[in-house]
This record gives sequence, C-alpha cells and structure tokens, in this order.
Amino acid sequence: MLTKVTIDDVNDGVMNPVEPFLRSDRMPHIWCPGCGIGTTVNSFARALIESKIDLQSLALVSGIGCTGRVAGYMKLDSFHTTHGRAIPFATGLKLANPKLNVVVYSGDGDLSAIGGNHLIHAARRNIDLKVICVNNLIYAMTGGQTAPTTPGHATTSTNPYGTFEPAFNLPHLVEAAGAVYVARWTTFHVRQLARSISEAFQKKGFSFIEVISPCPTLYQRRNKMGDGLDTMKYYKEKSKVKNGAPTSEVGLTLNGEIAVGKFVDRDRPDYQTMMRGQYVEALGERYIDEMETECVCG
Amino acid sequence: MKADPRGVLTGTHFLDGDHACCEGALAAGARFAAGYPITPSTEVVERFAARVPTVGGSFIQMEDELAASITLQGAVWGGAKAFTVTSGPGFSLMMEHIGYAAMTETPCVFVDVQRGGPSTGLPTLPAQADMMQARWGSHGDYEIIALCPNSPQECFDLTIKAFNLAEEFRVPVMFMMDEVVGHMTEKVVIPPADQIEVVPRKHTHKSVEDYLPYETNGDMVPEMAHAGEGYKFHVTGLTHDERGYPNMTPQIQDKLVRRLQNKIRTAVDRITMTEEDGIEGADVVVVSYGITSRVAQRAIELARGRGVKVGKLRLITAWPFPEKKIAELAGRVKAFVVPELNLGQMVREVERAAAGKAKTFAVSHAGGGVHNPDEILNAIVEASRC
Amino acid sequence: MAKGHVAIVVERCKACGFCVEFCPTHVLALSSAFNSRGYHPPHVVHPEKCSGCDLCGMYCPDFAIYGVKNPGVKSPEGSGGEK
Repeated sequence: MLTKVTIDDVNDGVMNPVEPFLRSDRMPHIWCPGCGIGTTVNSFARALIESKIDLQSLALVSGIGCTGRVAGYMKLDSFHTTHGRAIPFATGLKLANPKLNVVVYSGDGDLSAIGGNHLIHAARRNIDLKVICVNNLIYAMTGGQTAPTTPGHATTSTNPYGTFEPAFNLPHLVEAAGAVYVARWTTFHVRQLARSISEAFQKKGFSFIEVISPCPTLYQRRNKMGDGLDTMKYYKEKSKVKNGAPTSEVGLTLNGEIAVGKFVDRDRPDYQTMMRGQYVEALGERYIDEMETECVCG
Repeated sequence: MKADPRGVLTGTHFLDGDHACCEGALAAGARFAAGYPITPSTEVVERFAARVPTVGGSFIQMEDELAASITLQGAVWGGAKAFTVTSGPGFSLMMEHIGYAAMTETPCVFVDVQRGGPSTGLPTLPAQADMMQARWGSHGDYEIIALCPNSPQECFDLTIKAFNLAEEFRVPVMFMMDEVVGHMTEKVVIPPADQIEVVPRKHTHKSVEDYLPYETNGDMVPEMAHAGEGYKFHVTGLTHDERGYPNMTPQIQDKLVRRLQNKIRTAVDRITMTEEDGIEGADVVVVSYGITSRVAQRAIELARGRGVKVGKLRLITAWPFPEKKIAELAGRVKAFVVPELNLGQMVREVERAAAGKAKTFAVSHAGGGVHNPDEILNAIVEASRC
Repeated sequence: MAKGHVAIVVERCKACGFCVEFCPTHVLALSSAFNSRGYHPPHVVHPEKCSGCDLCGMYCPDFAIYGVKNPGVKSPEGSGGEK
C-alpha cells in the first residue's frame, strides 16, 4: 500500500512542518542518498518553530561545500558566500542590523580549514552568531579530500595511504577561543539537536553546534563503513551523552566513542554589548547607538 | 537625494588624502567599514573609527583582508553603505571578494592607496602599479568602475562619486589613490550637506510575492532588498538566474555574465570623467592620472613654453577605460604620452584604443617617488617630433 | 483507528532507509515500486501501528515523508496535526 502525495496535496489540511522553510521549487535537493545534511535541516526547522523565532528577522549564511548548499534550499533571507568566509559575512550582517538573528550553517572544512581564522576570532569576540557545523569528517563536495577533522588513519583522496595528521577537536577549539555555547550531536540525535539549536537561540553570543553526519558516498564508502543507514546505526551505538564533559576529552577517532551533549553553556557579554558599553563610557551622550539607515535608501 | 548632515563635516579643512577620503565616505552615507591595517591606507579607517560612533554607524577591524572584504558586503546586505581600505598586498587578498561583489551585484567601495610592489615592496612610497589588477584582479568575466583622485579635495569629492556609482550600477567601485595623494595635506572644502548629491540604494518597491532579486527591466541593474525585510531572497556567488537560484548552465552563464559586463559598458559615456585642456589642435596629448597628472601638468606647461602643441587628458575614471575618446583623438593627434608610476599599465589601454592611428610613448617609472617633470617633458618633445 | 498516519512524497525519496529503521513501531518498509529516479520509496506495512510521532519526518534527509496525528484521537500531547 503506497500512500503517496505530492507537495501540492495538503493531506487533511496538514503539511510537512518543515515545508514552509523549504524552497519547494528546488526539491529534490542535490545531497546524496543517506547524506545527513537534510536531517540536520529538519532539526533546524523544528528549532525555529519551537523557539518561535520571527522568521523575518532570520538570516542564514553558508559557505561553500555540501553543507553550504543549505542556504539555497531554505526559504529565508539566505546568503551563499565564499569558501570559509560565512562567519565574517554574517558578522557584517549582524553589525549593520543588530535586530537580525544570524545563523551560519556550514561544513567542517569550510569552517575550520579555510575559515579557521574567522571561526576563532568570531568566538574570541563573542559575536552573536549561531553556528551550525555539519561535520562529515571530509571535504565532500570536491570529492572526498582530507579535512582538518578527518580522524587519523582514514582513507581520503588526498591521503590515499591513510591520514596521519591529528584532527581538530572542534568543541575544544571553539571553547578555547571563547564560544559561550558549545554542543555536539550526530544526525541520529534529531530531537536533541533541535533542542540545542533552540537553546542557542536563547543565548546572546557565539554559539557552536557540531553535528556529526554521514557522507556515505565518500567518507564512509572509502573507509568501508557501509552506507548512510549503517552510519546512523553506528552513531546510535557509539554515541555517549556526556553533558558538561571537558571539551579536551571529546576528540573523535576513526572507530571510537562519539561524545555528544552540551559541553559549554556560559555567559559572557557579546561583542555588541561590549562595544556599546565602551562607547557609552568614552563618549557619553555623543555616542549614537543606532546605525542610521535613511542615508541609504532615502 | 541630499547628503545626511550628520555625516558631513562642513567647513574648510587642511587634510591629507586619506582623511579626506574618510570624510567623503561619511558624506556619501557610509556608516560601516571593515578594515585591516596596511600602510599607507590605515589612516582612512583610523579616522572612520574615531568619527563613526558619533555619526551613527560602526567600524570593525577584522583579522585579515579576506574577512574585511566580505564583512563589508554582509553589512551592505544588512542595509548599510559600506567600504574597506587597503594597499597592494591587501588588495591582492581582497580579489576573491571583489569578484563576489561583482557577481552578487553588491554596491560597495574598495579603496586602494597604491604603494610600491610587487609583494611587500615599498610600504611607505607611491606607485600606480595596481591599475590593471583593479580591472582584472579577480577571476572570471566581470566589470568594475575605478576612479583616480589627484588631490585631497578629490579624495573627498570623488569618494562620494564612487559610492554614488556603486549604488547606481550595483557594482564594486575601486578607488585608486596612491601614497602621495593619500599623505599630502591640502585645503579641502566640504560644502553643506544640502549641496552634496547622494545616490540612494536601488531598493525594490515590489511586494514580497512579486520580487525577484535578479530581475532586470531594460536598465540591467536589478532592484535590491535587505535582510530582515521579509523578502526571503537568496544570494549566491554561483551562476544564478533571476530568482537568485543557482542555475549552472551555459545559457544562464552567458546571459548573466554579459549583463554584468554590459551594464557598465553601455554606460561608459555616463561614467567617464576626464579633465581636458588644450586638446583642440594638439599634436601630442598627455594621458595621465593620480599624482602623476600633477607632475605631468608641470611638464605640459614647460612643453607649451617651448612651443609644443600639447594637450592634457587626465583620466579621473580609469575603468571602464574611455576607449572611444582615445580612438577618436588618435585620429587627430600625432602621439600620446602616458606617464605612470609603473612599468606600463594604462598605456596598454591607450595603445589598444589608438589602434595604431597615433603613436604611444610610455614614460614608465618603477615607483618609490614621482616622476621628474623633465622625464615627461622629454617624452613630450620626442613625441612631437614623430 | 490508528493514532496517526504518514504522507510520502514519493518523488523526493532516495531510499536511504532511515525512516524504515527508526520508526519506533516498524510501520514502514521499502517498497518494490520505483520512483522516476529509480529509488524504492517506503510504503506503510503496519498502518495500525502508526502513532503520528513524525520521527520518520525528523530523520528523512529528503523531506520525503512525514507523520501526522489523526484528528480526534486522544493523545497525551494534545490533538490535531501540526502546521
């Protein structure tokens, strides 16, 4: 029995809760069968619904890569920028219009390799951004090259004899740089991920949520780890929830335990609060807080 | 529309080019800058950092030029007029994002206070060797506009013009200063705000349902929206169609890239600004720009004193290059003399446009100082004898 | 009557198998039918066991399936569908 509908059917007046957030005219998307990026988008959409975020105030910024394509598939003010530079673009958006809720949705290579410098400085400054880092441990879009997050002894197209570089422990990196909210889940943890994203929306400051996700076409296939479903079962088996764990202890290995949970949740004044405070102290009434916009459009 | 008085420092000032450029940006309505320190440009953003908190805007010093050149674009899409400032090595780093601005049609200004190169070169000494880079520095087919001031007063006036052109054409504008113009101090008159014309952003008035971010109607410049206004539009550096969606086919590529080119090329006459003197009946025309044009002025006077019929053509707009003007002149003069603080860049454009109808004499100089007027004078005299 | 039912957008499915695996009550199985891209979409084999929890929808990377609570059926979280 095949109960099939098209997206034009509203099925008893009910449609997919994610659908209003999608550019339906661009479906089906380009992500591979078993890729986890679409699953993270479900969690993101749920978080948007639950936190009752005003969608008009939401801006989404992506870099380049498979995860970078998220911006193009979501029906929001969305920006597909250059490789590694989603965070500085997002910073400009936020500073020009502080009322925006700015989300950076990008991949591990984009954010921690070419974008690494911007990642640590934005965390240092505590810019009010929510960063969702989909970590598939590889450079997927370009065909499966080694990423700074690829665990040791994995096979990739640029390490055909196996990687030998230590990998980044991203939660540890961003905590050290200054992030106020750091969590990691996998694409198996759909509800927890949605909850973490909702929590990040309640925080002011630099929030970083890492989501471990399958790349069945490249990472899993080259390392003979099965397909997307096998990987999801692997995540279910190997994940251990360790809320509050020291981030120095949550590094990933090729076949080892995956520590997930909320690792860091602290309070620090965000960049704009500090900026305002400094100017008020230095300039008093002469400081003009609002960026005037009449000089732009007339 | 008229300039917003909050950003206009009306009065008579004694400023260097860098400082005047900052005031020009503020007068034009710029309320955001992202920068990274690099000699000899840093003073522009240092002044902006000091001024903008009391005008109503913000400045952020980013961790590198790669960041600065894209942060300003985020601010533009967030609703501000924005710019950045740099010199050679930083300009090179910004090239990818200049291409992004051209591709996404993000109106903004990139100031390059040129210094000796290549590489680290001469951080505190002038050159004009980034002129070709300004035009061709990023990958792919795209067009930009480039302006060359030759005085602190022009650093003020033409910065306003740069912002106006950026908004009119939704294009990144290169403001090509040089270290001498940036660091020379002269009288700068800043008029009252109601005497300063400022071009507003081409913001859409369409409804959310009707708006397509890259739809154009004849004038080749699409209407813009800002994040946070409910339009839910998509912007990408990938080849895209009118909906802003990636559409990577040869047909869409052709349509898009030709429009990006033609929106500038079909408006060359409107964009071109030159300063001309004594062109009628001239045997030789000196084509120059920036600080070199002031040295050339001296050489021209000396040559005229010797009876040479020499005209002056100062390029205020370097790009798009005024090829029609040069081509037309080439039919009437014997030769062009093109002094530049480089080993031959804009002279190639002159030569190309002249198409052999007139000779072209380059007066090259590797940079580090300005020409001696005699170098240019000798070239004028030689040119007049050909 | 079952507490819920699923809707499947057949043309979007890429047969990854997540929904089949993670449905808590094993309502689904991959069918032998093909969509136009050659993938086997899931079909409902135990409709009576569907609770409308939408875990299938949360997992689906292709936005090709979602679960809906049947109206009028009492459940602890309240009635009606989601919007």
